[in-house]
Amino acid sequence: MAGPVAPLAAGMRLDLEAVTLRRPGASGGRRPILDGVTLRVAPGEQLAIVGPSGCGKSSLLLAAALAQRPDAGSVRLDGSEAWAAAPRRRQQLRRALFLAPQAPPLPPRQRVVTAVLAGRLPMLGLWRSLSSLIYPDDIAGAQQALAAFGLGERLFDRVDRLSGGERQRVGLARALVAPARLWLIDEPLAALDPVRAVAVLDELCAQARQRGITLVVSLHQAELAQARFGRIVGLRDGAIAFDAAPAALHEGQWRDLYAGDEPPAMPAPAPALPPPIPAMCR
Amino acid sequence: MTSALQPGRSAPRRAGQAVFIVAALVLVLASFASLDLQWTGLFSSAGLAAMGRFGAEFFPPAREPHFLHALAGAAGETLAMSALGTLLAAAAAALLCVPLARVGGGGAAARVVRWLFNLLRAIPELVWASLLLVSAGLGPMAGTLALALHTSGVLGRLFGEAIENAPPGPALALRLQGVGTVQVLLYATVPQISPQLLSYVLYRWENNIRAATVLGVVGAGGLGQMLAFHLALFQMGRTASVLAAMLVLVLIVDLASYLARRAMTR
Amino acid sequence: MTLPRAVAGVRAAGGVGAARRDPAWRGRLLWLALAALLLWPALRAAEFTPWTLLDARSLRVSAGYLASFVPPDLRAPFLAEVAQATWRTVAIATSGISLALLLAVPLALLACASLSISRLGGRMAPLPFVLRQAARGTMALLRTVPELVWALLFVRVVGLGPTAGVLAIALTYGGMLGKVYAEILESADGQAARVLLINGATRLQALAYGLLPAARAELGSYTVYRWECAIRSSVVLGFVGAGGLGQRMDESIKALAGGEMATMLMVFVALVAAADRLSAWLRRELP
Repeated sequence: MAGPVAPLAAGMRLDLEAVTLRRPGASGGRRPILDGVTLRVAPGEQLAIVGPSGCGKSSLLLAAALAQRPDAGSVRLDGSEAWAAAPRRRQQLRRALFLAPQAPPLPPRQRVVTAVLAGRLPMLGLWRSLSSLIYPDDIAGAQQALAAFGLGERLFDRVDRLSGGERQRVGLARALVAPARLWLIDEPLAALDPVRAVAVLDELCAQARQRGITLVVSLHQAELAQARFGRIVGLRDGAIAFDAAPAALHEGQWRDLYAGDEPPAMPAPAPALPPPIPAMCR
Repeated sequence: MTSALQPGRSAPRRAGQAVFIVAALVLVLASFASLDLQWTGLFSSAGLAAMGRFGAEFFPPAREPHFLHALAGAAGETLAMSALGTLLAAAAAALLCVPLARVGGGGAAARVVRWLFNLLRAIPELVWASLLLVSAGLGPMAGTLALALHTSGVLGRLFGEAIENAPPGPALALRLQGVGTVQVLLYATVPQISPQLLSYVLYRWENNIRAATVLGVVGAGGLGQMLAFHLALFQMGRTASVLAAMLVLVLIVDLASYLARRAMTR
Repeated sequence: MTLPRAVAGVRAAGGVGAARRDPAWRGRLLWLALAALLLWPALRAAEFTPWTLLDARSLRVSAGYLASFVPPDLRAPFLAEVAQATWRTVAIATSGISLALLLAVPLALLACASLSISRLGGRMAPLPFVLRQAARGTMALLRTVPELVWALLFVRVVGLGPTAGVLAIALTYGGMLGKVYAEILESADGQAARVLLINGATRLQALAYGLLPAARAELGSYTVYRWECAIRSSVVLGFVGAGGLGQRMDESIKALAGGEMATMLMVFVALVAAADRLSAWLRRELP
């Protein structure tokens, strides 16, 4: 379908201001999950969050998705302070964002078409939702979304008949049908092989760019992040270690980020790295 | 849980057990003493002979065609009662469980619903049927409604527990998108627990067919009403046939339920 | 989606064709039709006409009936009657369960394969096998006949009153308890019992020293749970003349005495709740 690209500035603005998230039931001594994180994302911007395991990447995305009220600091979406607003306004904001968790949140016995179309629920009324269960509402839309990630043929299969990587891609396809202006994607490439991972990441970024949607992706594959994103945020122990374009970062910053963790997949050789020590980065 | 050798079993525990056993024995003795049971009448030679005669009157079971025809009709009535009652209960329980699925447990509405389920469950089907006879009149409708009321309580509690114990991932993802409670239930929770819910319903149907056969004794139609009728007239042969029909009906429903559950797990 | 986008997407895409129809649709339609076909005769057979409950006359009757429940009857002589009836109900249940034990224990021991001596050397010998199946069959028969039917039959033989109820509970629950006892004994670790039998112990000794210590908690817990069920059964049996709270309730319903009904329903719910609480506490504290 040839036509104009979706207008820019349709994306949501995200502002995290000194957000702190403590562990549930934790007493004074232990480090919080997120510690004074400040992050400003402009509408339509695309950025990647990187860091060692357990550094708080998922929690940052959850905080941005309004999943949990921060113990300190504020979360602003499109300028509105989300947690100070009325519940109704908060629900409105939630309908405009989309979080793809690391483990695809798909009921095993559901069919792929229904699992994908569940992404449209925020804009369907109760009656349409009910009738869509009996006969799916927008098969064409679901098929297009799945085809973008190479799963067009699996439309009517059951989710539990798919491999782990296929399920992850179905979870991403949901984003394409959701009425969201902010995509928060948590480790979308974990179950994918390297070649497929590159293609999926490219597709995700292209879709977001075309629709002008703000995209925040957490990645474990640092090299891909460097290659595909114009802005990288490094997170370590719940605090931001760096926030810059990949060209502006040097090797030492990367090393410090992952110090103590297994060496990341880095293009440049790291000759003097100590052998990986399994560390508790919590 | 306990092993054959348990050294160091606390003395208070053992004392507690002893107290319980003594209390139980006291209760049992008091029960027998206060009831004035007719042992002599039952187990005397005359009593046993009377029982023997009574038992012999059941044979042969009645087989006249017009009676069998009425029997088939009553069996159909009983089957319909049990199936409809279970179905209505499942629908009612599903609707009432919506407040239980709300974020944060549902608050006051959830408490009311739980209390209602407990009340419906506590009162046995027969008592419900007797109560409903005034409004619904004699006949299977009272029985159907009685089964529906009692079973709603049972299924409501079972459904509620299933919803609470369902894996939360899919529901959470949809709620973060701002989707409402009912839609989250339909698209995330129920698809995960639907085989469980269905097996609860089938299990209650097995129970309800047994309950339905006897509800008629208080006037709620079906085989039970026939049983009470022929028993009151001392028509033992026909009573035997009705009993046989009850057994066959229960077996049929048990088989159907088993096949349905097998089909689901394939 | 723009054409260049679709072409570029082919790198990862599995092909985009025309929108398809849902293949499960025909099956669903068929099920729906089948359900409707079964529903209609079922509604007719059960004479299910709930709208008749809503016509003017019926509403008036129902309203009057419901109104008679308030206020509940709390006069002292009546409350004394209810208390006595409640005690009789508990007594019927307790006596019934006690007799059920007399029936269940021997049947369970007969049916339990863990105490089979002939099985020690391999397959069970034919006579013991037949005995075991007979025991199982007896228990199944006792369970399948509804206790209300037993009560009706016994009322014919021994007359109205608690005896019929006690016997009905004894038979039905004897079958139930026996089956579950046998299952518990079989699912317990039979190693100790087997060793005892091999070394020449009698079956009862093998039971007492080999199986019971491990299974005792579960056996006790199930028995207490069934006692609680028996209290509910006992109320239901009262409706066919077996005495106790149920019989009193039946009288009040027939006399359309709503206030008495309200009191007794509350007492019944409280009784069931108390028994439930007691049974849960016992199951927690004892083993």
